[in-house]
Amino acid sequence: MKILVCISKTPDTTAKIAFTDNNTKFDVNGVQWIINPYDEWYALVRAIELKEADASTVIHLVTVGAADAEPIIRKALALGGDEAIRVNADSHDSFYIASQIAEVAKQGAYDLILTGKETIDYNGSSIGGMVAELLDLPYVSLAAKFDLAGTKATITREIEGGEEINEVELPVVVSAQKGMAEARIPNMRGIMAARTKPLKVVEPVAAGTLTTVAGFGLPPAKAGVKLVAADNVEELVRLLHEEAKAI
Amino acid sequence: MSVLIFIDTAEGLVKKASLEVLTYGAKVAEQLGTTAEGVVLGTVTEDLTALGKYGVKKIHQVTNDSLNHLDAQVYTKVLAQVAEATGAKVIIFSNSMDGKAIAPRLSVRLKAGLVSGAMALPDTSNGFVVKKNVFSGKAFANVAISTDIKIISLNANAYKTEAGEGTAEVVPFTATIDAPKVKVINTTKASGDIPLTEAEIVVSAGRGLKGPENWGMVEELAKVLHAATACSRPVADAHWRPHNEHVGQTGFAIAPNLYIAIGISGAIQHLAGVNRSKVIVVINKDPEAPFFKAADYGIVGDAFEVVPKMTAAIKKMKGIA
Repeated sequence: MKILVCISKTPDTTAKIAFTDNNTKFDVNGVQWIINPYDEWYALVRAIELKEADASTVIHLVTVGAADAEPIIRKALALGGDEAIRVNADSHDSFYIASQIAEVAKQGAYDLILTGKETIDYNGSSIGGMVAELLDLPYVSLAAKFDLAGTKATITREIEGGEEINEVELPVVVSAQKGMAEARIPNMRGIMAARTKPLKVVEPVAAGTLTTVAGFGLPPAKAGVKLVAADNVEELVRLLHEEAKAI
Repeated sequence: MSVLIFIDTAEGLVKKASLEVLTYGAKVAEQLGTTAEGVVLGTVTEDLTALGKYGVKKIHQVTNDSLNHLDAQVYTKVLAQVAEATGAKVIIFSNSMDGKAIAPRLSVRLKAGLVSGAMALPDTSNGFVVKKNVFSGKAFANVAISTDIKIISLNANAYKTEAGEGTAEVVPFTATIDAPKVKVINTTKASGDIPLTEAEIVVSAGRGLKGPENWGMVEELAKVLHAATACSRPVADAHWRPHNEHVGQTGFAIAPNLYIAIGISGAIQHLAGVNRSKVIVVINKDPEAPFFKAADYGIVGDAFEVVPKMTAAIKKMKGIA
């Protein structure tokens, strides 16, 4: 069983969001970088759990990014995983990134490709589906549970107002969300081991882009809260009805 | 050339989000001087011709047992055939659970640039630029699509449904359909009647409620407002409420018209999941709770007193005894 886990570098959830170069670039000044939480807590940790259940499992990590992504991939290796592959490319659009991951996946003949359900910066929710299409594999998105019996995966997928249980034969691409696994932190042994785990750097394959970001902006600031006294709840209801027209 | 709108259904019924994308798609078609057409996959039990009132003239329907459940791979191949036959230049999805599964695949298959999580109509004054939500609602990006065919997936509650007059012609479409590889063996409904991600009003509560036994008043308030219920991460982690109610950075991101937060302090991770709500009401006994800074209306007070009073006041306003 070979698993490929897609890892993305994102700003910390509490990072200040600002832009430079006439609002065309994210301001990285003072930003702490983390493993995209969906990739880490759900996709990677579930892969580690599968390896714990079956020691013959091999986990490879892949990231598409420049050399500054290496601390993130080392941190991911400290949690678990046998080796990592960094495709040496600045990220372009989702299609470009998916094309690079698909190429790595083809080389490695993986049984399972796991991604987080989206990155917390671009919120594209696209990489898993694109990789699946590029490889002509089935795709189960927004998985909250993943179990394996031989080569058959049983996956619980979130749907509007409920859940659906899917069955699919490997190989498959799965995007992971809350419920898949519980968050872990790397231990000292993992951190030490990660230093010597292989981190292969490969050059990108030629791939186009389909979209470009023309600019960023921040939503208008809230006008400020209108406070209503706790003994005057009826006034709040009136405001919501007449002023905000929300009820 | 046309605008093709994917009409998402569940259990044979058209989803509310589909009405939003129909309205939105018809507007995009108008903007481009072309017509809007819909596409439905699988068996539908409601009258599709009535969807004409949202601005579509024609709906292509592919009926086959293999399409009654989502297998994104199978759906994508069918949609690509419909897109080709109709000469679709813009294809529109709802950024729903199913939309997220299909749109990226179709993007690759048709080499069509995708903007997911669109918040507004495209700007076609200079190219084709779509405003989308990024950084979990803390910012937006204007994304230019450079390909001949363009795909947009629209965020829920980002565009208001508008019904006018008219009926749509429903035409059967014959497609080559692969056998699904993903089998659906069971479907379960969550406890609430209203899906959280589609709800117009959401009543949410946090640790301030002290324990799961105190959720009765939250459910009461949600009931009178026809709202969905939600919770903060600590509440889901403590198993006071199911995980599918967790809104925030790592749970669901929602954008209802009204979000009522009870006993939630408003950590940045929570705000990331709800900051696209149109109106935010915060009820918290701590006047320093950071959530008040992101709120439109607030009450500094004890939830155990305020919430039942609010339910009573709404009942009175709505004339419910």
